Amino acid sequence: MKIQLNNQSLLTIIDELTDQLMAAYPDTANTVLIGIQQGGVVVSNLIHKALHQKAARDKINYKPFEHGQLDITFYRDDVRNKILAPDTMHLPFSVEGKTVILVDDVLFTGRTIKAALDALFDYGRPDRVKLCVLVDRPEHRQFPIQADHVGKVINTQRSDKLKLSLNNQGLAELLLVSE
Amino acid sequence: MQLSTKHLLGIKNLTSQDISLILSTAEQFKEVLQRPVKKVPSLREVTIVNLFYENSTRTRISFELAEKRLSADTINFAASSSSAAKGETLLDTVNNILSMKVDMVVMRHSASGAPHFLAEHIPAAIINAGDGINEHPTQALLDAFSIQEKTGSLQGRKVAIIGDIMHSRVAQSNIYLLKKMGAEVVVCGPPTLIPKYIATALGVSVSYNIKETLSWCDVANVLRIQLERQNQVLFSSLREYNIAYGISRQLLDSLHKDIVIMHPGPINRGVELDSDVADSKQSIILQQVENGVAVRMAVLYLLSGRSAQA
Repeated sequence: MKIQLNNQSLLTIIDELTDQLMAAYPDTANTVLIGIQQGGVVVSNLIHKALHQKAARDKINYKPFEHGQLDITFYRDDVRNKILAPDTMHLPFSVEGKTVILVDDVLFTGRTIKAALDALFDYGRPDRVKLCVLVDRPEHRQFPIQADHVGKVINTQRSDKLKLSLNNQGLAELLLVSE
Repeated sequence: MQLSTKHLLGIKNLTSQDISLILSTAEQFKEVLQRPVKKVPSLREVTIVNLFYENSTRTRISFELAEKRLSADTINFAASSSSAAKGETLLDTVNNILSMKVDMVVMRHSASGAPHFLAEHIPAAIINAGDGINEHPTQALLDAFSIQEKTGSLQGRKVAIIGDIMHSRVAQSNIYLLKKMGAEVVVCGPPTLIPKYIATALGVSVSYNIKETLSWCDVANVLRIQLERQNQVLFSSLREYNIAYGISRQLLDSLHKDIVIMHPGPINRGVELDSDVADSKQSIILQQVENGVAVRMAVLYLLSGRSAQA
């Protein structure tokens, strides 16, 4: 097990992603940020915090996107192979006609995003959905799904696992576990 | 996380971790029921038969709704209009249905132990929707969910179960569950309706005085007087039961505190509960019904794993 991204590098990437999102989606009233449980929620929380910090520091009239959490447990295509306990689903806004920015930690095969789209569309009909990920592992994609905003591309083996976790100080870092 | 059991035959075989898992999963399913699209695809390839040998409206509809919200295919079997009326045995009926590749069985039967018997003979996952005077586990689970939702927690909660304890599978399941989750339980009713050794056997306290019981408890779970079950006359008249053990507005107001009123339904208005109690804001009877669908979805989901099928 090695630290692929320590907390400092991770926060630098989050900062860059936040700048990208602020520039790309100026209509913040009709844009929402949704983190996918569980890793995506950690990332979207950090982005949401950075948005507020930048707004407070630089842009007095900037109102950050509304923020929610999406749980895909019931929509997984392997749902009955291993019954998993669900996480919180919290979408305190309507997605109808909005730009939805889905946020996840690692884009790997694409199955999670497919399940997330299925879950999202049970809440309404967004105008468009964009994908923002901390890390992309592009060689192993199994679906025609790509991210619109990528923090970092990392080359890995199929059997490797990349996991977002909290270190001893409670700070987020990205770990690589090789088989 | 998984349940420790392949079937849901009774609360007796569940651990407190199982119960916590079911209740927390039910919370997520309650969220599903508030959405514009009240459905998740999780049990899309699953076929479930509702095998009801005893009459039921609310339990059967609740299970059917839970199954449909999970996108499962459902089949309803009502004993009166079926081969059981022609004398077919339970095992034959079920094996016939299973040959049609049904994955799960939800069963209600008037013989205690019928689902346990079935569990030994067929590979499908079995959920007990009430067996004789033994258990009604999903009722106890939805009751616990409702108590938790209204009062915050089960640990240390003072729950009174009132009425025909002797013949009540709802009482039995509730007692097992409440004890496992650290609540205190008092059973209250006429001495003829309370089993003689229940205090030592199940670790509950017994009271024959409704006012004392209501003064003590946080939650009163009021049972229906079961006219269809009794062959003997165990109390003199419905009116006398109502006078001695019925809960009236006056009785509640005399307590100087607000207790939570529950009832598994259907209510005999004017017998165990007066209308102005059943319809009051202390009553969570309709929330119980709403929570029933979420709790049953949780149970079906947690038991639907492929590895659990033989």
